Amino acid sequence: MSTFLYLTRRVLQAAAVILIVTVATFCLLHALPGGPARGILGPQATAQQIAQFNHEQSLDQSLPVQYFAYLGRLLHGDLGTSYTLNEPVAQLIQERLPKTLVLTVLSAGVGLLLAIPLGMWQAVRRNKPVDYVITTLSFVAYSTPVYFLGLMLVLVFSHILPWFPAQAPQGDTLAQVFADPAGLVLPVAAGAASVVAVFSRYMRGATLENLSEDYVRTARAGGSRRGAILRRHVFRNSLTPVVAMLGYYVPVLFGGALVVEQLFNYPGMGLLFWTAAQSSDYPVLLGCVLVISVATVVGTLAADVVQRFIDPRVKEGRA
Amino acid sequence: MSAVVQSGQLPGGTGPSAGAEADGAGVSGLRLAVRRFSRNRLAVIGLAVVVLFFLFCFAGPLLYSTDQTHTALTSANLGPSGSHLLGTDAVGHDELGRLMYGGKVSLVVGLAAGVLATVIGTLWGAAAGYAGGWVDAVMMRVVDAGIAIPALFILLVISAIATPGVWGLILILGLVSWLVPSRLVRAETLTLKNRDYVHTLRAIGGSHTRAIGRHILPNSVSTVVVAATFQVADAILLVAYVSYLGLGLQPPKTDWGGMLSAGLSATYSGRWWLIVPPGLAVILVVCAFNAIGDGLRDAFDVRGRG
Repeated sequence: MSTFLYLTRRVLQAAAVILIVTVATFCLLHALPGGPARGILGPQATAQQIAQFNHEQSLDQSLPVQYFAYLGRLLHGDLGTSYTLNEPVAQLIQERLPKTLVLTVLSAGVGLLLAIPLGMWQAVRRNKPVDYVITTLSFVAYSTPVYFLGLMLVLVFSHILPWFPAQAPQGDTLAQVFADPAGLVLPVAAGAASVVAVFSRYMRGATLENLSEDYVRTARAGGSRRGAILRRHVFRNSLTPVVAMLGYYVPVLFGGALVVEQLFNYPGMGLLFWTAAQSSDYPVLLGCVLVISVATVVGTLAADVVQRFIDPRVKEGRA
Repeated sequence: MSAVVQSGQLPGGTGPSAGAEADGAGVSGLRLAVRRFSRNRLAVIGLAVVVLFFLFCFAGPLLYSTDQTHTALTSANLGPSGSHLLGTDAVGHDELGRLMYGGKVSLVVGLAAGVLATVIGTLWGAAAGYAGGWVDAVMMRVVDAGIAIPALFILLVISAIATPGVWGLILILGLVSWLVPSRLVRAETLTLKNRDYVHTLRAIGGSHTRAIGRHILPNSVSTVVVAATFQVADAILLVAYVSYLGLGLQPPKTDWGGMLSAGLSATYSGRWWLIVPPGLAVILVVCAFNAIGDGLRDAFDVRGRG
């Protein structure tokens, strides 16, 4: 399949996926007890008030009509209005998303910086004690609920040893967040742990695979030293596919951010979502879900495309 | 990150203790798999841990009987002692007894939800892969869409709508986590459906249902079993998240995640026994199921990820 055809197909698939997500969020919005009217007007509203509200908001029209109207609003960036905060959802997300991105990018970055050398070390020392120890630790880190890890980090590094604050940086702007780097340490550590666990495994696997390739043997036979081969060939060939896997990891990063933000009281999109769940603020909930799923679809698409281009052997591996 | 938060398992490849290749010839596939599995140290330890935890949660209360229904405020927040080995919580429940009581829920919900998710995923994946064409395309885009919404977010949306009991929890968790197994089974079905025996069955008039039920599913069984094991690990973790974030069961019912949530405020007052035991229990059991899954994957020699 030509590259152009492949790209077109993948983009269309991604668009279809996002369309399905909008159908799902639309259905959820309408499956709510009492519908949006009850949500906005509250439990005291009379049937007449609800009927009038439904008429004003075009909620008495047929579902397909409403769905296309909803889709039209989404395309114009209108995600509805928060029940509790009385602000446009799009604006709320716009304010909080950058903070969540700071958290996730830092967690992923720190996690990768640790995972890549660890994974290579494991591969080089395959089936030696180091390999076993790191594998076991990866299993433990992977199996630990993020909030429990965060709690333990707070207990040890904030409560027993007063090194870092137990609360993430507060404030509305990114400048305020960066003004308090010590406050970011524990949240980022909690978020990075699983990245280390998962990506050290990827890196271990990729390195092992590359080490068994013919070119390594050829280079060895040609007199290159092991360290030089690792640095010059194996590292480079393993790095790109492993980093590309981050694309598939986007939903996990957001899930982690949800928990970390709640635990450390970090005012990002995760905390916005969590608060909205407590107060049944459905437009905010579904708006966040939509934004996250678009991010996930884009991440997956990017990872697929990158993998295809760096390794011509990958053809439609993931259908 | 965890399933939950994490979708999918720790990437596999062969673990450090992956099965030996020098198995004797003439041994049945299953016996070979058992032999390989039993040589994987991590997997065997995992199996032992799971068995121990089941004994602890289900047989433990027979030896160490406690009242987990009524509150006993006069004996609240006691430290570990001879009469309360792990102390008591904020309403006077014995913490060790609560660990057994909550563990039952965590294990049962995790197992049931993991199995349910695998069953749904298997049927969906087999149907999609077998049908092929546009039916397959649409069904798999639905899976993609499901994966695009992290389970934790969907669960919180649901928690804003309703508060489920144990059965509701199993159903909801099963319904949000069947996506990964469906991809695995679909991939398996794509290769199986073109085997000669499937074509032969169809040629002599066998129905599609029969082809799926008699050939495709039985031949995917190792993939399904491996997927189910990881699914259970993920589900136990997911239950812990869900209870922590507030979709959990109502007291006095609880599970390990609910215990962690309830003990949250005790973190700073030094009452470690409210936080550390349930946390370690979750980690140990999830680790154990993942190790078993890893061992099974190597033993059956299947690809474990989608």
